[in-house]
Order: sequence, then structure tokens, then C-alpha cells
Amino acid sequence: MPSVLPLGDPAPADGILPPQVLAGVEHRKFGLYVHIPFCAVRCGYCDFNTYTATELGGGASQDAYAATAVTELDFASLALDASGLPRRPLSTVFFGGGTPTLLPAEDLAGILKAAIGHWGLEPGAEVSTEANPDSVTPESLKILADAGFTRVSFGMQSAVPHVLKVLDRTHTPSRVPLVVQWAREAGLAVSLDLIYGTPGESMADWQLSLETALSYQPDHISAYALIVEDGTKLAAQIRRGEVPGIDDDDHASKYELADRLISEAGLNWYEVSNWSRTPDQACRHNLAYWRGDDWWGIGPGAHSHVGGVRWWNVKHPTAYASRLGNASSPAAGRETLDAETREVERIMLEARLGTGLSVDALGAIGRHAMAGLIADQLVDPVQAFKGRLVLTLKGRLLADAVVRRILPD
Amino acid sequence: MSPMARTAPVPAATDPAIIRNFCIIAHIDHGKSTLADRMLQYTGVVSKRDMKAQYLDRMDIERERGITIKSQAVRMPWELDGNSYALNMIDTPGHVDFTYEVSRSLAACEGAVLLVDAAQGIEAQTLANLYLAMENNLTIIPVLNKIDLPAAQPEKYAAELANLIGGDPEDVLKVSGKTGVGVEALLDKIVRDLPAPVGDPNAPARAMIFDSVYDTYRGVVTYVRVVDGMLHPRERIQMMSTRATHELLEIGVSSPEPTPSKGLGVGEVGYLITGVKDVRQSKVGDTVTNLAKPASESLSGYADAKPMVFSGLYPLDGTDYPVLRDALEKLMLNDAALVYEPETSAALGFGFRVGFLGLLHLEITRERLEREYNLDLISTAPNVEYEVTLEDKKVIHVTNPSEYPTGKISEVREPMVSATILAPNEFVGSIMELCQSRRGQMRGMDYLSEDRVELRYWIPLAEIVFDFFDLLKSKTRGYASLDWKADGEQVADLVKVDILLQGEQVDAFSAITHRDKAYAYGVMMTGKLRELIPRQQFEVPIQAAIGSRIIARESIRAIRKDVLAKCYGGDITRKRKLLEKQKEGKKRMKMVGRVEVPQEAFIAALTTDESKDKAKK
Repeated sequence: MPSVLPLGDPAPADGILPPQVLAGVEHRKFGLYVHIPFCAVRCGYCDFNTYTATELGGGASQDAYAATAVTELDFASLALDASGLPRRPLSTVFFGGGTPTLLPAEDLAGILKAAIGHWGLEPGAEVSTEANPDSVTPESLKILADAGFTRVSFGMQSAVPHVLKVLDRTHTPSRVPLVVQWAREAGLAVSLDLIYGTPGESMADWQLSLETALSYQPDHISAYALIVEDGTKLAAQIRRGEVPGIDDDDHASKYELADRLISEAGLNWYEVSNWSRTPDQACRHNLAYWRGDDWWGIGPGAHSHVGGVRWWNVKHPTAYASRLGNASSPAAGRETLDAETREVERIMLEARLGTGLSVDALGAIGRHAMAGLIADQLVDPVQAFKGRLVLTLKGRLLADAVVRRILPD
Repeated sequence: MSPMARTAPVPAATDPAIIRNFCIIAHIDHGKSTLADRMLQYTGVVSKRDMKAQYLDRMDIERERGITIKSQAVRMPWELDGNSYALNMIDTPGHVDFTYEVSRSLAACEGAVLLVDAAQGIEAQTLANLYLAMENNLTIIPVLNKIDLPAAQPEKYAAELANLIGGDPEDVLKVSGKTGVGVEALLDKIVRDLPAPVGDPNAPARAMIFDSVYDTYRGVVTYVRVVDGMLHPRERIQMMSTRATHELLEIGVSSPEPTPSKGLGVGEVGYLITGVKDVRQSKVGDTVTNLAKPASESLSGYADAKPMVFSGLYPLDGTDYPVLRDALEKLMLNDAALVYEPETSAALGFGFRVGFLGLLHLEITRERLEREYNLDLISTAPNVEYEVTLEDKKVIHVTNPSEYPTGKISEVREPMVSATILAPNEFVGSIMELCQSRRGQMRGMDYLSEDRVELRYWIPLAEIVFDFFDLLKSKTRGYASLDWKADGEQVADLVKVDILLQGEQVDAFSAITHRDKAYAYGVMMTGKLRELIPRQQFEVPIQAAIGSRIIARESIRAIRKDVLAKCYGGDITRKRKLLEKQKEGKKRMKMVGRVEVPQEAFIAALTTDESKDKAKK
């Protein structure tokens, strides 16, 4: 999650949600996001809310973190109950960071266990964790699988050493096939995360990364364009001219290459930046974000969404731990979306999906825009004929522009 | 040294023999206002305590820019050799655009103080006004100001002035408005050297209007110089050019606050209030007479203000159109030279085509509209008025390129000006180069002093209204000064260059240029727009064309990627807010066909680099 929190309304200390969240709850799945705010090294491009092990103490320390997270799970359970929401089994759980695997596997397992204790798991629930190739072992992966994890997403980023160096990634590329094999042996589905468009990365570098990743036959690939966020070390390096800047055209070419190679390897796009081998292997947790389901985000800076109410926790782990220590909500702010805003979000998010949007559900402006979008080759004409707005390859690269064209003024 | 007058002569009962009417001719920032302030103080009409710096300049913009737009007349008593005198100081506008007003101010005087910065020497506009004064047979008192400055070169510039007006460099007075040195001597010299006004006190009243100012509380305040006869309060007067009659509600002198009097007699200078609300009913240069006993002939020299430069003014926010309309209406009350009519631009929406005396007049008006009426405006590139004769002999006057006829044209005439440029002689080459590139014809060159040159050109007005002055300044490290006055017209080989975005003509960017310059304009504008217009979802060709012939071409490549790649749970709020912002931004875009053009691009494309720098300050 980005380091800068949005501006919102104050969030109540008891975390109780307004009655509007009850409407339609039976149609919404419930998920859990657990943020692990630690990294061995802070990457130069990363603006996520994360800290190196030595930066924090008290309830915010790496050792105490699992216990603090469990405190928020308890708080969440109470607040959801008190808001009148039914207890729904967890459909998906996702551990992200930071580097979740910097915590002992037992800690992650313990947090998951506590969550299951409150809500239980749906049959076939998806439980993922992000992992750095450096910070897993066959044993740790086994512990996770035994605790109920079903899926691991490795931050491979690139197969090219000079690219990894610009990204400040510490792992050696040769470790990736090893960890993929260990995860498979533990019974976990495997996703690889890649980043393209890093300063200094050539088209050949990117092709090598893609081919290498695909040679490990992952079930899922996420490929994200590097975004240089303000305030990061990389942004400063670019500003000082130490590394070259970002070029959108280069990003576009690399995205096109990624889509071609990944598709040829038998995976299909289901969201702008995500491909899976089968529809079942899509990341259901992320799909829940894009489909407006409910989730509670545990951890400093974590965002939550329940029935059109979004909130986000205080950013700093120490402040976060201290709030929970006082039995108070760690939320820094919240926003209650009106029907119109929820519709804007729905269009904005669903437009990115392979399943697209229903054209009939668009407003007059959106429906009117379809012809132009087809003419500009941004929308698939065959799908449009069937009543769905599904982006073409060109359209995926211009998804934001498409969304602007279909939204009411 | 003369003392302050013990008894001030009374208006309406002052012998013309003790009246001295004078003005100060000076360049912007040569210290005219400071000197005027000092005179007000020394003659006792303003106490030191009340002294606001630059008392006579009323408006904020004037004070900030240090220039005088509207003149006023102040009556000051002064005593010399035991006799009391009434001195009328008539303040003149100090800029090239207001030549006509200057000429009328000069016509109200018998003498002029030629005030020149002792560190800079005379400037082109001052020289032009000096020539104007000499043509009006005014007695000139040469004065060097700012002699307290370390950089002052009084000997050098005294010689320059003596050379210009004839006379001895020794006779050039040296003053400092700032410290007051020499100011009393100057007042003495005004009394001694300037002739007293002459007129027939028994003839029907004739007074020349040399300024007309709108005041929110009092209506129009008209400043006059009485030539013959006498004007009294409560009598009916007539404007001789329009035959309009008014009741004289109040008559008086400024000292410097308005002070009602029993009238104004021969040679006197003062103000009239008739209750009219529009300065057009009290035109500069017109003759005021008594309705009951009218003069048979008006005073000579009256002319209507003629706009020379035209520009489209458009509100950035289309909903501000009524505000702009009301604002122009109000400004017009106080600006007889301002003309405007509604205009529509496909690219810019609803606005007005406004005629100005010149570029400064345009800039000041625009600045006042923005500041006093809180408007954000786009002004299109300034244009002159072309006279286009079609093959069927029909004649069209064009002040907006988009009105340029598309049919068969037999002849186009463009307004010409006589331009005077003063500069140190080391820059003569680059000035000549510049003027030649602007189709100027040299009419003469004179040395004012060893190292300063006066160049005279006959040059199309169109060539000097856009960036000429900026270029002149930059080619001469700021030393050159420019003055111009309208001087006929010429037939020229002119064409209209259109700019097309994706095949759609953008009226705001069309220009009328000389055929030889069309290509350069096309290349400049298409290049500028390529930089200014953001990439769209499709390729956008930008073309410059004369009729259907493309003369320059650029293209904006299609944007290929516009998507925030990651969109996790925590990114959604941020992404939605970004989207809302982008939608907001889209509202500020002007659509040209399918191309979204940010308003900033219009502003930047229509602005010279110089004015962009100004905007930054």
C-alpha cells in the first residue's frame, strides 16, 4: 500500500460501522489482508509502509508483531459483530508487506490460526503470502502449508542482476527455481511477481526475465510497471540524474512483450497486470478488491473495505501498536462512499478485469462512448456485441483513459 | 531661493500674466512623479505629512509600474521677486500608446520641463514627446534629474539635451527629485522663462479638454484649459464636437484635492463636473463653450481616439463571460479609447474583440480586468486592422484573422507607423537587422551625441505589436527605447496562416502574416503546440496551412500507456481520487474536434516568452 494515506473522515475508536454496510452483505465475500511491515532491506523503489528490523521497538518490533496483529484480529471480530454483520467464513486471506516471510513461519501460522478461530475458512479458501526468495526454506514453506496456506507469491522482479541492483533486491536470481520447487513440494500454488521498466532495463533484459520466469512454469504471474513514487530513493536518484527516468513508451512495449510471451506460455490475462494458467488459479484475494467484496486489513497502514465504507490504519507501527494497546481502533481515517462513488469505483476496477463490465450497466455516456472505444481499438468488438466491455491489449494499456471516457462527467 | 507664496492667487480672479502652464516630459522611471511630488511639497499644496509617494498617480497599477496613465492638473502658488504666481502643472501620460492624450496635454501648456535621467540620457518616447512639444511651440526647460546617483553623467547628457533643443549645456538645470536639490530653482525658472498664457477674456468661452476621468462618486471629471472667455458654475455648456449640452455642476482647481471655484478664466486650468457618466461624452481634445454665448469656432487639434491593436479577450472559465462583459462596460466609462464587440471562437468560446491604442494599453487593460474584476483571461495574439479589397471591389476591414476573407483578394493594405529608436551606437547593426527582418524601411539616422543614435523607420504596425519591443530590448541589453506613431498604410503581400489540429482549424491560432514569414510562423506555432498539447489516445497531426496548402507539419504521437499498473486494496481510494482529478482536469480542457487541449497550451501558445517571464514574477 502507498505510504501516503488518503484524507478522510475521522474513524470512531470502537471501529463500529454504519448500518449501510449491512445492505447486500449476503452477496459479498469476506477476506482478510495482513500487512507485515518489515523488510531486510528497504528497496529503492518501494513506497510501501515497511521498516527494516532494527527500526522499531516495543509492540511494533518484529518479535512482538504477531501478537499485535492478533490483537487487531480480536478487535475486528468485536467491531464487525457489534456492527451487526453476520460472521462469514474467510474466503481469502493474503499476507503482504513488506516481507511477510521475514517473520518466523510459526508467527504467520499463528496469525492465520487466530483468524480462523474468529471466522473459520470457506471450503477451498485461498490463503496466500508474499515471499522474498531469500527468506524461505523448505521447512518454513512446509510449516505454512500445514497451517493452511495454499499459495505463495515470490517477489522475483527480474532475472537480471543489474536490474535487481537498481531495485535494491538482495536475492540472487539462481535462488528462484529452487524456492519455486520447494513451494511445489510443500503443496503450494506458485505465483511470480515481476517488475518491468526499471531504469537501465533493456528490452532484452525484460525478455530474459519473462522467459526465465516462464521456464519455472508458475501458476500465476503478476507483472507490474515500475512506478517511481515521490519520496523514494529511486525518485531522488532519477531527479539527480544518477539513473535514467521512466519512459511510458518503453513500459508499453514491455507490457506488450509480457502479454505475448506469457500468453504463448499458456497463461491468460484476467486483470491488467495479472495472468493465470487457469481461471481457478487467478488470485481470488485481489479479485475481491476489484469486485468490491469486503475485507479487513490488519496492520499499520492497512486499508479495509466493508460495504462501501473504506478505512485505513495509522501508518507507523509504533502508533499502531499503541492504539491497539489502548483497545482503540487503529484506523486513521475512513470514508463512506455514496452510491454514485461506489459506481465509479466499480467501473474503474471492473474495467481492468478480463471479464470486463456489463455495457447495459453503464450510464448513457458510457454506452454512447462504446462506438468510439471500438473505433479506437480499445475495446473488444466481439465482447461488446455480447454486451460486455472488455479491453483489448491496446485498451489495457490505456485503461485509465477508457475509464475516463465511460464515466459520467 | 524663492519662498513659498504667502498669498495664493485666487482662481477665476487671476491675471493671465501671473499664470504659468507647464508639463513635464519624461520617460517612465526617469523620476517625473518624484519631482512632481517634490514640487507639491515645496509649493505647500501638500504637507510633508500627507505626502504619499507619487501623489499624482492614482491607480495601483500605475503606482506599481511607476508610470502615469491618466494625467491630472495641479495648481500651485509660487512667489518670485515679491510677486505671487499660479503654476499649473499638467501631468502627461508617459507612454507611447497615449500620444494623442500627450499632444492635448501639451496643447494646454506654454512650456514643458524636459526631464531626463542623468544616468540614462533621453529615451525615444521622451524625444518623440519633445518633438511634439517643439511643434506646439512650447518653451522647453531642459532638466537632468537624479544627479545624486553615483552613475549620473550630467555633463554628457547636458550636452545631449543642449544639442537636441539648441542652447548651452550650462543652461541645463540639474536637480534631484529625491533629495530636492535644484527643485526651487526649477520653480523659479518656470516662472521666469515660460510665457504667460494669452487669450481674449471678452470673447465667447473656449476651453480645451485635455483629460477626462471617471470617478465612481462624481461621474466624469473633465480637465480643461481655458483659452478665451470664462466658465462659471451653474451655466450650461456645450461640447463643440458633439453639440451635447450639460449643466456645469461644479468647476474648480486641483490643489491637489478638488477645490470648487467661482469659475475659470483665460489661461486657467481646472476641472469641470457635469454629472455625465461616460468619458465619451467629454472627449479629450474637444472644445467646451458656453451654450448661451457659444464660440463660432472650436479649438484646433481634436481627433477621435483610434484603436490600433486588436486582441480577443476570453474568460478562462466560460461562466465568467457576463463578468467580463460588465467589467469592460465599466472600464469603458473611464477609457474613451477602449472599443470592444462580442466575438465567438470555436476554440475559446465566448469573448470580446477589443481594440486598444497599443500594446501597453492592452496589457494595462487586461491586468486591470484580471485584478479588479478577479478574472482569468486568455488574450489572443494582437492584430492590426487590415483593409482587404476583394476582386469585386468590396472592401473589408479585418481585425481578427478568422474574419480574413477566403474569396479572391485583389489587394491588402496594412497600417504603417513611423518608429523612432534611440540606442547606443554599438547596437545600430543589430537594430537595423531587426527592423529589416520586420520589413522596416529606414527613413533616417542621427547622432544625438557621440555614442547615441536615433534611427527612424517606416515599418508595418503588425511587425511591432507582438514581440518587437522584447527583441529590441534583448538585442540592445535593454538600452534601446522605442516610440511610434501611426503613419499611413501600404499594400502588402499578406496571407492568412491557419493552424489545424487533426484537420480541424483552430481559429485562435490563425495569423495574418507577410507571405515570406508564413513558413516561419507555421513552423514556430506547430512546434510550440507539439510541446504544449499532451499526447492523446491517437496520433494528432498539427499542420500550418495557407488555404489548402500545408506549409508546416508536426505530429503528436499517440499515448500508449496510461494506466496505474498496481491496484491493490490500498490503492483504490487514491486511484479514485486521481480519476476524479483527471475528470476535473478534463473540464478545463478545450475540445478541438476530438483533441483535448489544455487551456495552459492556449495561453502558452499565444504568449511571447517575455510575457511568460512576467507571469512568473
